[in-house]
Amino acid sequence: MSTVSTSDMKAGVKILIDGVPFSIVENEYVKPGKGQAFNRVKIRNLKTGRVIEKTWRSGDSFEAADVEERDLQYLYTDGEFWHFMDPANFEQHTADKTAVGDAAQWLKEQDEVRIMFWNGQPLTVTPPNTVTLKIVETDPGVRGDTVTGGTKPAKLETGAVVKVPLFINEGEVIKVDTRTGEYLSRVK
Amino acid sequence: MKPDWRPGASLETLKARAELLGSIRAFFHARGVMEVDTPILSRHATVDRHIESFHVPGAGLWLHTSPEFAMKRLLAAGSGPIYQLCHVFRAEEAGRWHNPEFLMLEWYRPGWDHHRLMDEVEALMRAVGVGREAAFERLSYREAFRRHAGLDPFSAGLAELREAPVRRGCALPEGLAEPDFADRDLWLDLLMSAAVGPRLGGGTPCFLYDFPASQSALARVRLDDPPVAERFELFWNGTELANGFHELGDAAEQRRRFEADRGWRRERGRAVPPYDANLISALGAGFPDCAGVALGVDRLLMLLRGLPDLAATLAFDSARA
Repeated sequence: MSTVSTSDMKAGVKILIDGVPFSIVENEYVKPGKGQAFNRVKIRNLKTGRVIEKTWRSGDSFEAADVEERDLQYLYTDGEFWHFMDPANFEQHTADKTAVGDAAQWLKEQDEVRIMFWNGQPLTVTPPNTVTLKIVETDPGVRGDTVTGGTKPAKLETGAVVKVPLFINEGEVIKVDTRTGEYLSRVK
Repeated sequence: MKPDWRPGASLETLKARAELLGSIRAFFHARGVMEVDTPILSRHATVDRHIESFHVPGAGLWLHTSPEFAMKRLLAAGSGPIYQLCHVFRAEEAGRWHNPEFLMLEWYRPGWDHHRLMDEVEALMRAVGVGREAAFERLSYREAFRRHAGLDPFSAGLAELREAPVRRGCALPEGLAEPDFADRDLWLDLLMSAAVGPRLGGGTPCFLYDFPASQSALARVRLDDPPVAERFELFWNGTELANGFHELGDAAEQRRRFEADRGWRRERGRAVPPYDANLISALGAGFPDCAGVALGVDRLLMLLRGLPDLAATLAFDSARA
């Protein structure tokens, strides 16, 4: 078991607190010249994504969390689990609904996603920042209307619903930012 | 991190550093304060509870954490006013405001008390371009805590001291052992770092003076009610720049403090270095009544240049050294 001291807690280092994995977001060492040293640390709960603040005595240490990130190819879902493959060694991995979360609506077969593993099990699934997806359902386009700025909902092949400009038609392929869920452009 | 041979400071900053050092030397030369040069390696080390020395294994030597003991021996030998610009070393201190090796300016004024020395610190600051017309603020430790921590640091109960950081947005420290949990100074130090210090010296620098006697370090204690340490710190834009004392000159009291600090360290399983018995002898031989102060030159440069961290003021910080 390796440990991480407050002085090793650079941003991105993963530690275990009461059995929960956290990632260091920010670590500030504070010490009056003649006084006692503390580290004021912001950490992200890797299960919930929530960021919390902690104050620790400098020199305190925690167990390192066995967390690693890898880019895997999305294969398919059977409704209950999502299946991925590591292109490096063709190993397959299965993630449940908790791990996949909101990423599910952006997952298209063959796309590469980033998966965080904790003790060898997928903990979170992050889709690419932008995805290219086909529109499977939307109201008919308004010909020539490229200037009014109006939008309408469009359902994508992966199930996500995004707002698109009025001139976009069913069957077209668009690029979407998965972090904001916003339409970016039409792909020809 | 990718290894990078280049300096962390820009060439412009290195030039500003050279000019700052030149201004400091010119300041003291004009005032008849002699520059001295004392050893960095010593057979003794500080036993200060919260300052850790680097030990040089094999040689039985320690890297100094400040030139204080050696300079005091010079004062006892009749040196008159002296200053020194030197690198000092403190293990475990690294962060935005800290580097384990840093440049310290330290000087001593025989016949002066800490208030008169504050005047000279202010004059030096102005000479290197800090502050405008307004006089630097002077706040007692007590007044600063009343103003920025909402409590009296001398009379507040432990429960109040423990709650105060949380009320000011600082998470409650975790994993404290019992003796630490009951240590008033621990809570005062945390409040200083989290709430009081950051609010001191915005724009115009501020002196904080008359610390709790429990934080006297090497300062005289004045028997007011409550007793206070004749100690001061300088803050500018929320950052501590200097720490000064009306120096303790009592050899027996100095020995008692060293022994108490060693005991404190021993109880907690910390390193217990040998203290400098030469200092005790020097104090006993007739140490002049004097005031002394140490100032972090890298931090001063960081604030003067508006730089984001100490590494940006150093040719090579510890990650590049």
